[in-house]
Parts: sequence; structure tokens; C-alpha cells
Amino acid sequence: MKVLFHFGRYLIFIKNMFARPERFSMYWKETMRQMTDIGVGSIVIVGLVSVFIGAVTAVQFAYQLGSSTIPRWYIGYIVRDIMIIELAPTFTCLALAGKVGSNIAAELGGMRQKEQIDALEVMGVDTTAYLVAPKIFAAIVVIPMLVILSAFFGMAGGYIACVAGNLISDAEFMQGLRSFFEVRNITMMMVKAFVFAFLLTSVACYKGFFVTGGSIELGRASTSAVVIANIAILLADYIIALILT
Amino acid sequence: MIRIENIKKQFGEQKVLKGVSTVFEEGKTNLIIGKSGAGKTVMLKLLVGLIQPTSGTVWYGDTNFTALTAKQRKAIRTEMGMLFQGSALFDSMTVEENVKFPLDMFTKLTAKEKSIQVDQTLERVELTGSNNKYPSEVSGGMQKRVGIARAIILNPKYLFCDEPNSGLDPTTSMRIDALIKKITIENNMTTVINTHDMNSVMEIGDKINLLHFGELAWVGNRKEVMTSENDLLQDFIFASPFLKRLRDAANLNKLK
Repeated sequence: MKVLFHFGRYLIFIKNMFARPERFSMYWKETMRQMTDIGVGSIVIVGLVSVFIGAVTAVQFAYQLGSSTIPRWYIGYIVRDIMIIELAPTFTCLALAGKVGSNIAAELGGMRQKEQIDALEVMGVDTTAYLVAPKIFAAIVVIPMLVILSAFFGMAGGYIACVAGNLISDAEFMQGLRSFFEVRNITMMMVKAFVFAFLLTSVACYKGFFVTGGSIELGRASTSAVVIANIAILLADYIIALILT
Repeated sequence: MIRIENIKKQFGEQKVLKGVSTVFEEGKTNLIIGKSGAGKTVMLKLLVGLIQPTSGTVWYGDTNFTALTAKQRKAIRTEMGMLFQGSALFDSMTVEENVKFPLDMFTKLTAKEKSIQVDQTLERVELTGSNNKYPSEVSGGMQKRVGIARAIILNPKYLFCDEPNSGLDPTTSMRIDALIKKITIENNMTTVINTHDMNSVMEIGDKINLLHFGELAWVGNRKEVMTSENDLLQDFIFASPFLKRLRDAANLNKLK
């Protein structure tokens, strides 16, 4: 029953986000601020996570190949495809759900507790539209860019692990990277990036916006925003995989 | 003028307001007083539409505010200003940006015009030169004045103040009261103040509404407070033995 209540309220919350801005320039300014916070502020964490995931994937696959007859240059091919199809969008968004999601929930929850949302409401500002829409819009623009970067960083990580670790040569890795490329994998990556970006920001906004109580409840809302966003991302990942493969 | 008719509000089983009707008059400072838990904050939130009444009506002039949709309320809300108990200033914005926010959001003024208006408003609340400070860099009293400046910058018809004196020393409290009174008269606003500060009651209470456990127990002005024989009012206003002695002495002097 409680889940249904929250799901219904979440849908209404998302619907209310699509309101006509009181002043477009204010919404634009807020969207730009969010893009900087989410995008620029997350490059380092996304880069680090991706390089290591790419490197680990390369090392693990090399180990799995062992002395089989499968050509060693397949490592490059596997690292590329697994980064594009799965690891770049999923790992990036899981990491961002922790970083960006908790930040958004805490920001909105803090505003709710300090009556800043009420103050905006009394002024006549459409609070759902002004506080939530710029965050979600910024996320669905910037997070796919981070996912693309993540895919490149992951391949770079795989390359470093293979070449520096003497698993395969530079030429072999490059041959793998250039083989069997399919454009629809990029489409799948982008679909995942958009959907995950929407999920992680909208869930965090919802949890923060409706916080009641004090600092303990704010902490709980922030944590549950991350947990719910992670579950939603993994569920959506599965559904997208079923539909697009 | 704001009129409320038979307002009731219930949270679950708890009845917070039990059918309150009163009028908040134009050009006057209308006070809502009462003990903690009397329903003052709920009443103020109902007036500005932050919560919906269980039953009853709120009228702004001839407009039934309760019956309006969220979209329709926007028009009336641009005529409202509100000072919150904790000031509710945006922490990441400077004093100037906070005060300018309603201008940015609702007007098409140029940057220069906005700047002039902000300076004039800050001057009215005696905060000239504080433009570039952040809320965390100014005192509680100054934060209240920034809150007032933000509330009045669009020259609202209605001003609401939730506990404007809470957390302030008596001198600063009196300054805030005097400022609210001055602005109310200058702008001919309908001002509604939720307070349990006795100085405010005696200094600026043009019309006082005493709430007692969700019911309107007494209505009058600050002069009538002294002569009223309403026990609930007397118990509330003259709660301390010191104030009781002061009242008795004042009444004795009148008799002489």
C-alpha cells in the first residue's frame, strides 16, 4: 500500500515538473549551475571508476582465455563492447546515484527543512518545476556525456592493463578495438544513459522534496534515494537489455 | 482584507483548528496569539495556502482562495510576502541576491533598475551596505530584516510574519516590530503576524486574535487587552507574577 502511495505521488510529482517557467532565464541559470555541478564535478570519479573497470575487465578476460584457441586480440574487442553495452552506463550511473543522488536529496531536503521551499511557494514560484526540472534536464544532458567519456576511459584502462602488463601487444589490442563494431551497441548505451540519468535524479529529487522531520530523517532520505535509485537502475538495465538485444 | 470563515483543520484524529472565523483588516497589523500548540502556525499556513483546510473558506477580498487551483493561486501569491520564523533565506545567495530573487523571477526590469530597487528596499529595512554578505555572515536580527526586504520588494498587499521575534533580544525585537508596523502603514498592507511576544502585542497589535486549543477565544486591540476580563487572555498575556503586578498597578493608577 505504502509503495503504491509513493509510486502514485512520484508520478504526480514528475507530471507537475512540466509547468510553464515563470521566467525562462532563471530556469536556464539554474540548469547551467546543475550541469556544472553534475558534469564537471563528476569527471574525476567517473574517470577513476572507468579506468579501473576497463583494466580489470582486460585482465580477467585474459585470464579466462588462458591457453584456449580464441585469439588474444579478442581482449580489445571484449573490453570495448562490454564497456559500451554495460559497464560504462551502469557503473557510471551507479556511482553517480551515490554522488549526485545523495547530494540532490540532501540539498532539497535541507531546503524543505529550512522552509526555503515554502518561501518559494508563497512567492508564487512553481517549486516542483523550478527546483526539480533543471536538475533532471541537466542530468539527462550531462550524464550521457559522462557515460561516453566513461567508455573511452574504460578502453584506455584496458589498453594500459594489456600493454603495460604484457598481456597482449599494442597492435593486438587495437585490432580487437576495431573488430566487429556495431552501431546499435552505441544506441543501447545512450538509451541506458538517458533512462538511468532520469531515474537517479528524479528519485533523489522525490526523496529530498518530501522530507519531513529533522536531520536523522534527512540522512535517511538521502540514503534511501541512493538505494532506490540503484535498484531502479539495475531493474531498468535488465528491461532495456531484454528489449534491445 | 482577508476573511476566514469557519476554518477547521484536522491531522488524523487531532483537531488543530475547530471552526475559526475572523477578519484580518487592511492597513493594520493583525496578530494571532496563543500558547504553543494553539494552532497559530497552522492558521498562518492555511492563510497562505501551504496547507489546505479540512473545511471552511479563506477569502482574499472577494476571491475565494480556498477554491482556487494551484495555477489560479499564483496571481494572488505575487501579492503576498512572507517572513518565516527561521527567515528561510537561500544560503548560497548573498543578501542582494536573496532580496532580488522575486524581481528576477517575476519582473522584466533591467539589471540597473533591479539594483536600484534592491538598494532602496535594503535602506528601508536599515541594511544599507550589506548587499554582498551571505546569510551566514549576518546576525539573526539582520537575517529577519533581509527576510522582510525580500517579502516586501514586490510591494505586496498582504504580509505574513511567522514568529518575527523568535530568537531575538528585546531591543532587536522592538526594531523588527517597529519596522513591520512602519511598512504596513506606508504600503497600506494587510499584515498578519503570528507571535507570542508580549511586547509585540502591546506595541503593534491593531487587531489581536487569541487562539486557544484551536478556537478563537478573544478578539480586540492592544488597548482592550488591559481592560478585558477574558480569563484566557489575562492568563496568557500576564502569565508571570511580575506582569500581573504591573497590570494591577496600572489599573490602580487609573482608578486614582
